[in-house]
Amino acid sequence: MTNIRRFIWPLANKGVRVPDSKLSKDKQIEDAKIPEIATIYLQQHIGAPCEPLVKVGDYVSVGEKIGDSKSFVSAPVHSSVSGTVLSIEEKIHPSSGLKRDAIVIESDNKDKWIDRKKINDISDFKKDELLQIIRESGLVGLGGAAFPTHVKLSPKNKIDTLILNGCECEPYITSDHRLMVEEGEKIVKGAEIFAKILDAENVLVAIEDNKPDAILTIDNIIKDYDLKNFKVLKTETKYPHGFEKTLIFLATGREVPLVIENRAGLPADVGVVVQNVGTAKAAYDAVYEGKPIIDRVITVTGDVKEQKNLLVRIGTKFSELIDFCGGFNGTIEKVVMGGPMMGICQNDLDVSTIKATNCLLIFGDGMTGYKKRDIIPKDIENPCIRCGNCVKVCPVNLIPTDLAKYARARKFNLCKENNIDACMGCGSCSFVCPSKIELAQLISWAKNEARNIK
Amino acid sequence: MISDDRDNGMFKVAPSPHLRKDTSVKKIMLLVILTLMPTTITGIYFFGYHALWVIILSILSAEITEFLALKIQKKDFVLDGSAIITGLLLALVLPPTVPLWVPIVGSFFAIAIAKHAFGGLGQNIFNPALAGRAFLMICWPVLMTRWVTPFDAVTTATPLAALKMHNTFIASNLDLFLGNIAGCIGETSALAILIGGIVLIALKVIDWRTPLSIIGTVFILMLFLGQDPIFHILAGGLMLGAFFMATDYVTTPITGWGRVAFGIGAGLLIVVFRLWSGMPEGVCYSILIMNGFTPLIDRYIKPLPLGVKKTRVDKE
Repeated sequence: MTNIRRFIWPLANKGVRVPDSKLSKDKQIEDAKIPEIATIYLQQHIGAPCEPLVKVGDYVSVGEKIGDSKSFVSAPVHSSVSGTVLSIEEKIHPSSGLKRDAIVIESDNKDKWIDRKKINDISDFKKDELLQIIRESGLVGLGGAAFPTHVKLSPKNKIDTLILNGCECEPYITSDHRLMVEEGEKIVKGAEIFAKILDAENVLVAIEDNKPDAILTIDNIIKDYDLKNFKVLKTETKYPHGFEKTLIFLATGREVPLVIENRAGLPADVGVVVQNVGTAKAAYDAVYEGKPIIDRVITVTGDVKEQKNLLVRIGTKFSELIDFCGGFNGTIEKVVMGGPMMGICQNDLDVSTIKATNCLLIFGDGMTGYKKRDIIPKDIENPCIRCGNCVKVCPVNLIPTDLAKYARARKFNLCKENNIDACMGCGSCSFVCPSKIELAQLISWAKNEARNIK
Repeated sequence: MISDDRDNGMFKVAPSPHLRKDTSVKKIMLLVILTLMPTTITGIYFFGYHALWVIILSILSAEITEFLALKIQKKDFVLDGSAIITGLLLALVLPPTVPLWVPIVGSFFAIAIAKHAFGGLGQNIFNPALAGRAFLMICWPVLMTRWVTPFDAVTTATPLAALKMHNTFIASNLDLFLGNIAGCIGETSALAILIGGIVLIALKVIDWRTPLSIIGTVFILMLFLGQDPIFHILAGGLMLGAFFMATDYVTTPITGWGRVAFGIGAGLLIVVFRLWSGMPEGVCYSILIMNGFTPLIDRYIKPLPLGVKKTRVDKE
């Protein structure tokens, strides 16, 4: 029955083609300078914020746990530098623009680490032990959503497929791409940890076909280690193919239910868990090298003098990253954390990176990798002419223009009746709209409002 | 709500996505106007300068009415091209012999009543150009049915009227295809319409489903009813209607299957009107009637979102 329904209303071939502008795809990952001041936000993940475990004036080493929460859906935070805690104060958080608690640490430039327990083999470890290491290392989804990894790895259902997400469908970003090319082995080993915890029979590494070198690298590693249950899945380069639910559908044909047993459906409900390749690499670091998540690869791209892929300590100020890339190129209009399709605009550069920061994208008059007309729509919003482009591209088969219309009228009941919760906020509708209506913004606002009504 | 918490920043803040496709309403309208040019030019070629004046006056009247209607509503006037299309399309479905005040009155009705009285761009239920034509047909039926042959302008009947009244074919299918027949300014040449229509489909401006389902429905039904299906596809306003009227975004369904439903409905009505009504032609009314059905089609034909079994969540 589902097949007939999907034949009539297909989900394949949806989405949009955005010029991928991967300017930094051949740039090797460089170590960024260890920051003088590290700002560690107490909430860097979906779930409960952490409580600080240190006081002002305490000395902390690199990798020391400085914040944790008793809540299950949460992940601890660690110091990314060695030095003294300067203050615990409210700082502007890059993903909301609101002031949020953060621990500010002044580095002593010694880079003194905690004692790290390194291992060579995980076969002696029990699942619970591995899960515990991953939780204590503060792992969250590094693709951008920052969902605590240990929660994802503790599903109630039987998991048969682990999908490793290396699609990186957002234009400009190349951090996962470089990681796959340079650290492919660690990614595969990290995936093995996940597969062991989940008892997953199949591991699919999904990579978009605009990254042939990454596909080749991962494929060779799989062959070298003779991993029978691993497979590289080449996906078409199209946005938003790297989104969890879209990717699950493309890879397995299964649909994550929107609602199941009066709660939101999860990938585990269809026997799938998706993890980002960066998360897999971080899991390798955590388990094999005893290194909690204190750094990550960030692509700094757009209108900077030199686009780079940087291994950055978490809590580094955005301004330092831009300095490290030679500064701005021309007058700057927008600074975006994340990719151009879902990234979050930053008001100034006095904010610091978090675990989920995968890219810093600068838009200005340097026009690096795009044309002026593409970025800042100067046109005033026109009325909807019902061209149907948003319907054609919506990867979850909604009617964005209707939802936006209901949202404007504050008819949240109608939004709910029309499955507004299925929206993933990918922004494809806004991208194609000839009338330049902010469909994605209206819908995500209405989605939040609709949640408050029962 | 956010601004209270922010210090004064240096950069622009805007919702994502930060990239937009290089498209606009103006561009789409311009493309439609350009693809109507083969039809317009063949119309002028066949029916002479009078046809050109009809077209010019129709467009001017539409644009001036648009300007006045927006002024009265205290809205900003933007030359987005939608009124030009309405004026042009209306002129193309007028007989080449109409007095020059007819397109002016028709365009005024199309823009003022059919478009702005319903709320302006994006809000109108009925295709303005067709509504204008319907209005003129009702008010001045004699003026609206005076047909002439191309080039020499001898009074004659249209092929469809000849078939209806006298049961004779007065033109070969080749003449119908090229447009060397009596008829409205822009309806005669199927070839010119096809050129524009195929370009629009190739550029993904219009959906191929609508013209295909209209033409397909008429073809199959006429075949089964013992008529010449090729003749019926090429004659009258079917081609122009299928490619340029029934594909008007605002007044037709928004989903692919909705457009198929629209096309089948319009095709069905065209066959009924042509075979059993008192008029030789029925494309205009068929599309207008289906325009009325559009909200209903959109209400019931909706895509199935990811992860749900039913399109609409039932109220508890």
